[in-house]
Amino acid sequence: MRCAVIVFPGSNCDLDCYHVLKDVMGQNTEYVFHKEKFSPGDFDLIVLPGGFSYGDYLRAGAIARFSKAMESVVKASEKGKLILGICNGFQILLEAGLLEGAMMKNRDLKFHCHEVYLRVENNETPFTHLYKKGEIIKMPVAHGFGNFYAPENTLEKLKNNGQIIFTYCDKNGNVTEESNPNGSIMNIAGICNENKNVLGLMPHPERCAEEILKNTDGKRLFESVLEFIKGRAL
Amino acid sequence: MTMLKEALKLGLNENEYSEIVNTLKREPNHVELGMYSVMWSEHCSYKNSKKYLKRFPTKGERVLVGPGENAGIVDIGDGLAVVLKIESHNHPSAVEPYQGAATGVGGIIRDIVAMGARPIALLDSLRFGNLKNPRVKYLFSNVVAGIGDYGNSVGIPTVGGETYFSDEYDENPLVNAMCVGIIKKDEIKRGTARGVGNSVILVGALTGRDGIHGASFASEELSEDSKEKRPSVQVGDPFMEKLLIEACLEVLKFDFVVGIQDLGAAGLTSACSETAARAGTGIEIDVDLVPKREEGMTPYEVMLSESQERMLLIVKEGYEEEVIKAFKKWDLNAVKIGKVTDDGMLRVLEKGQKIAEVPAKSLAEGAPQVIHEIREPVVQEEKDIVNVKVPEELNEVFKILLSLPNIADKSLVYHQYDYMVRTDTVVAPGSDAAVLRLKGTKKGLALTCDCNAFYCYLDPYEGGKQAVAEAARNIVVSGAAPLAITDCLNFGNPEKNEVIYQFAKCIEGMAEAAEYFKIPVVSGNVSFYNESKNKAVLPTPVVGMIGLMEDILKHTTQSFKKQGDLVILIGENTEELGGSEYLKNVHKIRYGKPPKVDLKKEKLVQDFCLKAIELGLLRSAHDVSEGGLAVALAECAITGGFGFKGDIYTSLREDAVLFGEAQSRIIVSIDEKEFSTFKRLAEEEGIIYQVLGFVDKDSFEITVKNNRMRKISLGLDEISYIWRNSLKWALEK
Repeated sequence: MRCAVIVFPGSNCDLDCYHVLKDVMGQNTEYVFHKEKFSPGDFDLIVLPGGFSYGDYLRAGAIARFSKAMESVVKASEKGKLILGICNGFQILLEAGLLEGAMMKNRDLKFHCHEVYLRVENNETPFTHLYKKGEIIKMPVAHGFGNFYAPENTLEKLKNNGQIIFTYCDKNGNVTEESNPNGSIMNIAGICNENKNVLGLMPHPERCAEEILKNTDGKRLFESVLEFIKGRAL
Repeated sequence: MTMLKEALKLGLNENEYSEIVNTLKREPNHVELGMYSVMWSEHCSYKNSKKYLKRFPTKGERVLVGPGENAGIVDIGDGLAVVLKIESHNHPSAVEPYQGAATGVGGIIRDIVAMGARPIALLDSLRFGNLKNPRVKYLFSNVVAGIGDYGNSVGIPTVGGETYFSDEYDENPLVNAMCVGIIKKDEIKRGTARGVGNSVILVGALTGRDGIHGASFASEELSEDSKEKRPSVQVGDPFMEKLLIEACLEVLKFDFVVGIQDLGAAGLTSACSETAARAGTGIEIDVDLVPKREEGMTPYEVMLSESQERMLLIVKEGYEEEVIKAFKKWDLNAVKIGKVTDDGMLRVLEKGQKIAEVPAKSLAEGAPQVIHEIREPVVQEEKDIVNVKVPEELNEVFKILLSLPNIADKSLVYHQYDYMVRTDTVVAPGSDAAVLRLKGTKKGLALTCDCNAFYCYLDPYEGGKQAVAEAARNIVVSGAAPLAITDCLNFGNPEKNEVIYQFAKCIEGMAEAAEYFKIPVVSGNVSFYNESKNKAVLPTPVVGMIGLMEDILKHTTQSFKKQGDLVILIGENTEELGGSEYLKNVHKIRYGKPPKVDLKKEKLVQDFCLKAIELGLLRSAHDVSEGGLAVALAECAITGGFGFKGDIYTSLREDAVLFGEAQSRIIVSIDEKEFSTFKRLAEEEGIIYQVLGFVDKDSFEITVKNNRMRKISLGLDEISYIWRNSLKWALEK
């Protein structure tokens, strides 16, 4: 699998994503600087990492979407390549219109960094097929702008198409107000596009993909992608 | 005479002024005087403290760079070294808490980058007043937000620290930021302006009017007028800092960058004079070439500006374009503003005209040392605590202790910090020390900072000793061997005999402990004048410490791991109650002697604990500190999600056993099967220990078996609820 990690000015989870793909998953991985363009055929998986692109001084992700690399990301997504946006990467995907909805400041206006429980709402995607549907997993969040919002008709569409991939829940899998760290509508933690080749999520799978970090629930997301790509190649 | 008047206004004294005239062999002009006033402030010159700081042990086999550089460096083997430094940003945080704290973080990060290292972790040591005071609540929330927003944005995890509350910090909070970096041993850079003819290049943010005289502001007491000093507080731009870090680390790989220096306190004046002084060279710069944020800035303002996110590079002649190109990649400025000379002078030009010329060494190192008369303060008369009655309701006392802001869970603070970015955080905040893995090696680093300022207030010497001992204990219980210290000494006005007494004695205690444990002090910072309305803060010598473990898989945390495990106390209980949170809060007694540290005993206990961890005997290990044994057991239980049941056989008072803060004690839990090995090892090493009980399911019960047989008996849920929520409740009240 050929993977790209896009580096925007202010990205800071770029090295974490690179580490997991390259060192943990053993895949061919390279950084792509935001000023560079690439061809849709260059990569199987393109990761938009977390961080604070352009300092999040305007709206999270609002400036990064205009970068040269993003033009290539959009083209690659149209060709069905897999695009994974984590945290700030998710915000950029929303701003770029590759995913629907918008992010607001967390309900309590504070940055939240801790582990959360997630329920896998749809496992029939290239990113989640190794999870069980309804499975409860743990992943860390670290964000100030993770309060997802979308108008009712969009939510309806997301729901009906199985585009809601992860929701925040408690340890028993109940989607409750208390288990929602940021106020996201319907406790949404991650969504994908209609084609299921673009996934955005606020939690950080790359932070829980190694035994030493005491949580490996995120690793299966990368393994899912790898198996999917391998299957596609066959 | 008018220049003397101006000098006095700028905070210099008559003696210092005549020293300047003697050095220059003429009167200084306006710009030169401004430069001297910031460089000779306590903040930059350490004129009140240098003499005492010499007491610290600074050498050791592993020390690669000791005090005097931007940060200290220690060798950790495998060609790698760790860089560390702590610094205060107290005064700015008192008047503008958000920006004050944020720029404190920004500044300490640049100190690490200035050594050529990649910053990998931040820690914060914070002190605030009483949370009942609305302004304290405001300071607290904004300091935490400022640290969070800056650290989170630059992508350096904030992995640890401490937060304490005491009335003495009402007006004058303490904000100490520590940064740790990693570097290949052969890539260490220095803050030196070597090579006559080499270029002086200013990189990063534009120079504005912010922070002028910030260093001087940091060197006086806070007063009613301090709010007007808000322009002395700098404004942080973490996005710029992030780009600056990446760009600097890219160019620092090249040999043509011969020196690098952060622009912090005293801005260009300090960066130029310090780099030149270290190299024994001079520097000539033209203020006209400095990229400015606003028009009409005078040379005085340019030289004294403390605008953040700037660095000075000394680059071999002919390689300027390479540097400019590297910074252009990150859309950053890199502008040649001058060159290295051979005459030892810092010469400032404006449009080619000389407007200031002073010896760099005199600016950077020439401030006359202040000699103090030392007087022991009358703390309070000794009273006998035997008269203190043991309370009837131990459950109630215990609940009070768990709810104290100094003891209750601080996750409300560190959940606002990204402590996981870089995916190296193996032990997150909330245990005794944070533990980081070092990718590509088997090694791990343990990091902590610690100080019990109230102990230092009661007895500066014992308090200083204890701060080092406890920091080392935090490192050891995590499974690492202590490696090096960086210290941040926060005190009142050093011109007061009592304050300088506290300062000298704290250092004496710290130095003695550091010597005994063989942990060198490799960097540090002094912050004086932490006073307002004539009231000094508690003497607060914060000890930042790092430790090394050769095998990261051997790390340990404080939390109980398995029901049925044996819980053992290593060390001895005593009847020392002085300085305890219990005595202070339950009996309102603020006098007495703090618990004593017997260095020999302490070392034995620590060595034994580390050995037991390395042998894989321990499932958990936790230092006993504020709140005593009962609170420490509760912390092990709550964070592990288990209960505890045990009996303590003793002849001592039950409150001393449960809530006293006797030193050199560690609580460990082990698999019962390992007990015989543990016992044999303890006997071999001459270690005193006591089996307290076992890890239980969901009840928390401690029975003190003296002649009275009193006990604490509560549910895990109940103590958990109190401990986890009390800080939040205190803020909401």
